[in-house]
Amino acid sequence: MSNEDIRIGVFICHCGTNIGGVLDITELIEYTKTLPNVAYSAGNLYTCSEVGLSNIRENIKEHNLNRVIVASCSPRTHEPLFRSTCQEAGLNPYLFEMVNIRDQDSWVHMKEPQKGTEKAKDLIRMSVYKASLLEPLEKMQVSVIPSAAVIGGGIAGMNAALTLANQSFKVSLIEKDSELGGLIRHLHKTYPTNEDASNILETRNLAESHKEIDVYKSATIEKIEGYVGNYKIVILQEKKMIEIEVGAIIVATGARVLSPEGYYNYNGKTIISQLELEGLLKENSVNAKNIAMIQCVGCRNEERRYCSNICCMTALKNAILIKEQNPDANITIIFRDIQAQGVTYEEYYRRAREMGIIFIKYLPDKPPIIKEDHLEVYNEFMNQVIGIPHDLVVLSMPLIANEDSERLAKMLKVPLEENNFFLEAHVKLRPVDFATDGVFVCGSAHWPADISESISQSNAAASRASTILSKEMLEVEGSTAEVNPDLCIGCEACIKICPYSAISKDEETDTAVVNKVVCKGCGVCGASCPQNAIIIHHFTSDQIIAEIVTYGGGD
Amino acid sequence: MVFEPKILGFLCNWCSYAGADLAGVSRIQYPTNVRVIRVMCSGRVDPVFIAEAFMNGIDGVLVLGCHLGDCHYISGNYEAELKMKMLGKVLSMINFADRVRLDWVSAAEGNRFAEIVTEFTEHIRKLGPSPIKNDKLKKQILDNLSATKFALCDSRLRALVARQRELTTEGNVYGNIIPIEEFEEILDNAIENEFIRHKILEKIKNEGKSVPEIAKEIKIEPHKVLQHIVTLRARGLVDVDQINEEIPTFISIKEV
Repeated sequence: MSNEDIRIGVFICHCGTNIGGVLDITELIEYTKTLPNVAYSAGNLYTCSEVGLSNIRENIKEHNLNRVIVASCSPRTHEPLFRSTCQEAGLNPYLFEMVNIRDQDSWVHMKEPQKGTEKAKDLIRMSVYKASLLEPLEKMQVSVIPSAAVIGGGIAGMNAALTLANQSFKVSLIEKDSELGGLIRHLHKTYPTNEDASNILETRNLAESHKEIDVYKSATIEKIEGYVGNYKIVILQEKKMIEIEVGAIIVATGARVLSPEGYYNYNGKTIISQLELEGLLKENSVNAKNIAMIQCVGCRNEERRYCSNICCMTALKNAILIKEQNPDANITIIFRDIQAQGVTYEEYYRRAREMGIIFIKYLPDKPPIIKEDHLEVYNEFMNQVIGIPHDLVVLSMPLIANEDSERLAKMLKVPLEENNFFLEAHVKLRPVDFATDGVFVCGSAHWPADISESISQSNAAASRASTILSKEMLEVEGSTAEVNPDLCIGCEACIKICPYSAISKDEETDTAVVNKVVCKGCGVCGASCPQNAIIIHHFTSDQIIAEIVTYGGGD
Repeated sequence: MVFEPKILGFLCNWCSYAGADLAGVSRIQYPTNVRVIRVMCSGRVDPVFIAEAFMNGIDGVLVLGCHLGDCHYISGNYEAELKMKMLGKVLSMINFADRVRLDWVSAAEGNRFAEIVTEFTEHIRKLGPSPIKNDKLKKQILDNLSATKFALCDSRLRALVARQRELTTEGNVYGNIIPIEEFEEILDNAIENEFIRHKILEKIKNEGKSVPEIAKEIKIEPHKVLQHIVTLRARGLVDVDQINEEIPTFISIKEV
């Protein structure tokens, strides 16, 4: 295609007031019209709305556009949508480029609208120069192994496995412990129904007896390789290495309870953890009359900034259970903020208050002090120290990430957040996906979750996984590396450097060849090739240099 | 007028670009000076891109990737680190090393992204505009930068960096592991040689010159100049121009 034939359409999104309220969209549209090869430029209130999308489709036809640029939010969230819109209008999806003028411009330069607009001009110009050099690419087709691996056999993992198995997908459920069930095994009753945890543990029998589920207990993951639709996992079980092949992976490794050792003179007898209280309740051996529960122990502090989500409801539940058995018991919950969101949980909290459970707020810089037979806590509203008698103190410990989450994250090539919980692809739009295709997350591996949350999330993860498993063939990225055999001297530097072993040597021609299905398009080989013989499609050196030159040159 | 640094940022798609998006979602405000080029991996950033950026008047370049060990592509950021170390050596010869920074930002570190951009913008502001914008220095700086680009395009230097991890950890084809100090020395040597070769090419761009003439102009011993001429001739960059009284003169035959 010669240069004169290139017709770029640039769609600039207001995103309501998100962009339009900061940047001067009219100025951007007028500026864009002055750029080379731009055949059409206009604004949209919401480019991702149906109106916006059909506007793109119509203008591709009306103005005979063969390149499309959308200046709006992040390609990480919206590129797939706009690409498929281009495709619907008959344009190769790789002839599309996105400019991030919201997440990386209007949202971060809210007080400097003029400079923000100048930045957007540069970014759009860079994109126009790159777009002129874009080439159509074809996506590769790969076959899919219609089975899944679920890592972790707690409630989330068991439920995810069952959801998939009930759709007739083969599932390997891998648990490091000697039995399934996870943390629920240690619980007495569950909120907000006060149902026996053992009833919920029935799931375990369903999972173990399901004909589509292979359960691996006392098993660890040793190796994971492959790509969406075709993962190979090596499991170590009783000194035996077992290799399984799956199309998708669900991470449901859960979390663990922070040890109470060293907090508030913990002694395991009169000062115990909430989890130990569950054990006493199970055995029906709570004899104390004066019970004080302290919330937020070891979290929401400098070391662990987060709220562990489940501890308030757990404390409420155990307080209610004790009170039901022994109405004379004096129970005080010493809290920082009570988290009881939603109608049902709110109702549960009200019930606790009606039963006479006492709630006293404490300040983080003035935590309760445990004395021999009573406990002292400063209350801000009364502006005085209150003494509370106790013969049992219960500490609410947070859930923390598993020790081996880092190891697993590395094997899966997925990220962890600062507290070592698994980090999803997008907090709102892709809550159970990872950025890596074919890998999903649910339950407390992602964030402390209670049983009902774990179940919703595991249903979600299983349904996301089934969108892959239900396909015979899957399309994979078309932007891969390609070796120019005329320039390649067969030095093999790229073969050694490729992390996926996607490059091999053609013995006949003595040059390197890329396996396009295995190639992930990272581009490391291209940046390293001594002969500059490797093209990284969609991120070619020419395209990147065009962006650099126009940024540097344009004032 | 206040100097507003022109900064280019290469961000990897999976960590640092996501971190930059998170800074946006969290509405963390930072200076407007950076323009981002998204790449899939920090290991995609060819050092030549950065030489190109400086030749085009950009004041500073940020390369941000996933934290070491967290690379979406397993080892891409380690490769980025080696490339940037080599680039640092080359750029320090022309006093530009201070204008490039490689750092790591995870998808969860919106704050860190904003901090790095803010710090780096201030750092470049203090350094002042790229000397290429000074009319008196412009030619000299452009010469230096094209020597840099020449070095960065050299296949031997690129091969050394591409193989660095292999050579210093697994060993070469004979199974010999090259100690890192020795490797650094080889690298330093290669860089220095490329700079000299570029100088030679500059001198014989328009007219043929003999080895002693070149040696005198660039103040290097004639036998060394001859060695470089032999290498450049093998690469097809130089050829014999004339032979006057048995003394050959050489001329550059290819635009570099």
